Amino acid sequence: MDFQYLFELLCGGVVKGSIYALIALGYTMVYGIIQLINFAHGEIYMIGAFVAFIVAGVLTLTGYSGLGILPLAALIAVIYAAAYGYTLEKIAYRPLRNAPRLSPLISAIGASIFLMNYVQLVQTPDFLPFPELVPDFEFLGDLTQFMSSVDVVILAVTTVTMIALTVLIKYTRIGKAMRATQQDMVMARLVGVNVDRVISATFIIGSVLAAIGGVLIASRTGQINSAIGFMAGIKAFTAAVLGGIGNIPGAVLGGLVLGVAETFGAGYISSAYEDVFAFGLLVLILILRPAGLLGKAVKQKV
Amino acid sequence: MSHLKRSLGIGLWFMFLTLPLMVVRVNTVSREVEWRWSNLVWVGICAFAIAWFWQFSIERRAAQRAKVAAEPHPEKDRPSLAQRLADDPVLSRRVLLAAALIALIFPWAVSTTQNFYHVNVMVSALIFVVLGLGLNITVGLAGLLDLGYIAFFAVGAYTYALLAKGFGLGFWMCLPLGGVMGMLFGVVLGFPILRLRGDYLAIVTLGFGSITKIVLENWDTVFGGAAGIAGIPRPDFFGLPLDGREKSIYTYYIVLALVAVTIFVTNRLKNSRVGRAWMALREDEIACVAMGVDMARTKLSAYALGAFWAGLAGVIFAAHNNFINPDSFTFMDSAMVLAMVVLGGMGSILGVIIASLALKLLPEYLRAFAEYRMLVFGAVMVLMMIFRPQGLINNMRRKYEYDTADVESNDGGK
Amino acid sequence: MAASSTRGGKKLLEVSGLTMDFGGLRAVDNVGLDIHAGEIVALIGPNGAGKTTFFNCVTGIYTPTTGDVRIHTADGATRRINGMKPNRITGLGMARTFQNIRLFPAMTVLENVMIGRHCRTGTTILDAILGTSRSAREERESIDTSYQLLKKVGLADVADEYSRNLSYGAQRRLEIARALATEPFLLLLDEPAAGMNPQETHELDELITRIRDEENVAILLIEHDMKLVMNISDHICVMEYGKEIAQGTPKEIKENPKVIEAYLGEEAHA
Repeated sequence: MDFQYLFELLCGGVVKGSIYALIALGYTMVYGIIQLINFAHGEIYMIGAFVAFIVAGVLTLTGYSGLGILPLAALIAVIYAAAYGYTLEKIAYRPLRNAPRLSPLISAIGASIFLMNYVQLVQTPDFLPFPELVPDFEFLGDLTQFMSSVDVVILAVTTVTMIALTVLIKYTRIGKAMRATQQDMVMARLVGVNVDRVISATFIIGSVLAAIGGVLIASRTGQINSAIGFMAGIKAFTAAVLGGIGNIPGAVLGGLVLGVAETFGAGYISSAYEDVFAFGLLVLILILRPAGLLGKAVKQKV
Repeated sequence: MSHLKRSLGIGLWFMFLTLPLMVVRVNTVSREVEWRWSNLVWVGICAFAIAWFWQFSIERRAAQRAKVAAEPHPEKDRPSLAQRLADDPVLSRRVLLAAALIALIFPWAVSTTQNFYHVNVMVSALIFVVLGLGLNITVGLAGLLDLGYIAFFAVGAYTYALLAKGFGLGFWMCLPLGGVMGMLFGVVLGFPILRLRGDYLAIVTLGFGSITKIVLENWDTVFGGAAGIAGIPRPDFFGLPLDGREKSIYTYYIVLALVAVTIFVTNRLKNSRVGRAWMALREDEIACVAMGVDMARTKLSAYALGAFWAGLAGVIFAAHNNFINPDSFTFMDSAMVLAMVVLGGMGSILGVIIASLALKLLPEYLRAFAEYRMLVFGAVMVLMMIFRPQGLINNMRRKYEYDTADVESNDGGK
Repeated sequence: MAASSTRGGKKLLEVSGLTMDFGGLRAVDNVGLDIHAGEIVALIGPNGAGKTTFFNCVTGIYTPTTGDVRIHTADGATRRINGMKPNRITGLGMARTFQNIRLFPAMTVLENVMIGRHCRTGTTILDAILGTSRSAREERESIDTSYQLLKKVGLADVADEYSRNLSYGAQRRLEIARALATEPFLLLLDEPAAGMNPQETHELDELITRIRDEENVAILLIEHDMKLVMNISDHICVMEYGKEIAQGTPKEIKENPKVIEAYLGEEAHA
């Protein structure tokens, strides 16, 4: 057994998984509150990556350079992703709040197709090279054989983001309102929670996380196109289901498990079938333990 | 006035939203930034106009809902044109006859020995009509959202391609085999996932669809990989040699016949014990089971039957195109078939036919539209769900004839 | 147990020691109940007493944690039905309605009832496609039976309406007709009078008694309307916090101090 290879795969899997976790949080939060698979969530992630690409591109090509590009590009990407997420909910989901269950799901699929093709039309269907914005960190030394400096940034940013999210949900007013709405929407409304605002906030937070994920993964893979959101969305959804949908720590755990499983599958079995492992895992978990790793089985009230 | 203000605000909001994506384009090869400010103006104007109309539509819909809520008593739904047509047997028979005649004459009228492009287009469109009608059974009638439906189409297509090329089996032999293979796959995949709730089912079927495509792409020793399989034989006509046009027209008639059979079968099933159980399952799973319907069997039959038609359509698709590769079986194709069912009206046979023809023929003849095709499909799916969830053609209500005479309770109830 | 009254008729349903846990919560705790032919039995108790959970256990929607649910079918056989699928139980002759109405909204009133005929007919996909004589005969029979049932509950004139367009009271009656279409020997009604006005409740009162007499069906109902319960029940079981606290005739229940304390007491003080 080659331990160096194993460790390399493990590191790669954790990095990949932490990004899945970031995107999965958006799915899980939205699902927790309105029981909708926000199919277009992956597209928000893709838009985040595209906006960052455009901002960084404009800045570099107009002669600006330096360390400030990445944070600035990420900030604008986050703002735009939040705006898109907010608008998406208002147009495609809010009018269907009380519709039969399949209607918002179909609407979400429609929105996803729309956004994907919108970006493809106004930008390009081709792959674009994402600029290298993270400098090489000297202090990594020998560690670079397992992890690039981008990977280190990814781990740092995702960790900080998840801590921030936990604080937000546990201690802030809006966080409490979100938890209340998740438990019982009608009751939350009765005690004066503005449910519409909570739902908007959930979409905004989820989109912000997705955009961060988008920028990070684009920096890692070095390329983007309008179709990346689809696969990333499915993977992240798998992560969310794996951990137990609606469960925030579950999404993080699910993301990591999925990332590692996929990397190991690709590393030891076949890289061509990488996506098959993710889907296979999703199918298995849904069949064997639909409540997920950390989820509780809920009996439907009759 | 407030409408005007709001619409202005929405216009500005969309100008902000589309600013980076629609205005800036970074060309990484020539290292130039392209600024397209005129796009922004158009977005502003269009968003303003749409917002205006949107508010008006939402208000109207709310008013309608309020009216319905205010009259709890049996309100007579206004019969739609299609409903009135169906209620008039003489008229509907005439319309049906006319449609059949047009369909029969069509290939001869629009083609010459040199140019039979229109026939080929129509064959592709009719293949999608079969797909739409098949998915209509699964999604429209039984309410099982299948996002990987195109995989069964692929199963049919590859079944024919492999059997015809590898074993020299003829088209007519393979047609039922393709359908059966589709159905088998439906049963095998459907069986473990029957317990899943609607939205989970959707994701798992999407997963299956994607896995199918990945396997087709990567297992090149069997499926030819990304390059696909070429030189698939066309349907044979009792061994007689046919020229190009005749071959197309022959395929046209085959697929037309398949459409007719599909319509016939779907219609029979819809108005039967089986079809009612599907619909009841769609409406309320728990109530349906409590009324004695076997959920597993009912779901599986809807899933497998939908897959059966996809398999049949796949065989014709492979035979018609001579060539198949995994690119014809992407998620976008599944989404397009779903859009046909949603647009046409879930469960409505006529609606699905019209929608399938429209979605397949419009991009073919309006090249300008072709580019925006998927964009429009996406928008249509959202808008249909919001404004007309029942689809273009309302699923028609069946009226039954019954004996109104009193029957003694002892032989009436038992 | 104060089952001092003599109860005639053949025993149809026999529930003993039924317990249902949800995680750590014991929703139903060791409840027993018998139902005899021709009886109307009421299950009463405050909200959250576990009545609907008891129903769900008996009709197969939940599998009880412990206890036995046995039915005695017409052919004299006794069957234990714990953990059986709901559709099988309905097939054996028990049918139910739901507390929060569960109709098939986009199907017509008649079609709703015809679903009830599903388990008494056997047309297969092939039959339906080929239009066999069996399919035609069963279709005819389903329509006629369903229509007669609609007549019985007073909904014949809206047979072609979508069920979602019916008034609340009419929807409740439609649920009863749909359940009757499965030819049950025992009909379980979950709060059939909920949301009805006094006039509708009165009509329901008559309807339930008529069903028992004309259709030869025993009835188990959950109900909060005490007037209705006392009027029509032959036997009453009272539940509180998942436990059974009393059983007996309406008269016995009315006089039972425990029941007055726990349940009727609230009303007496109100």
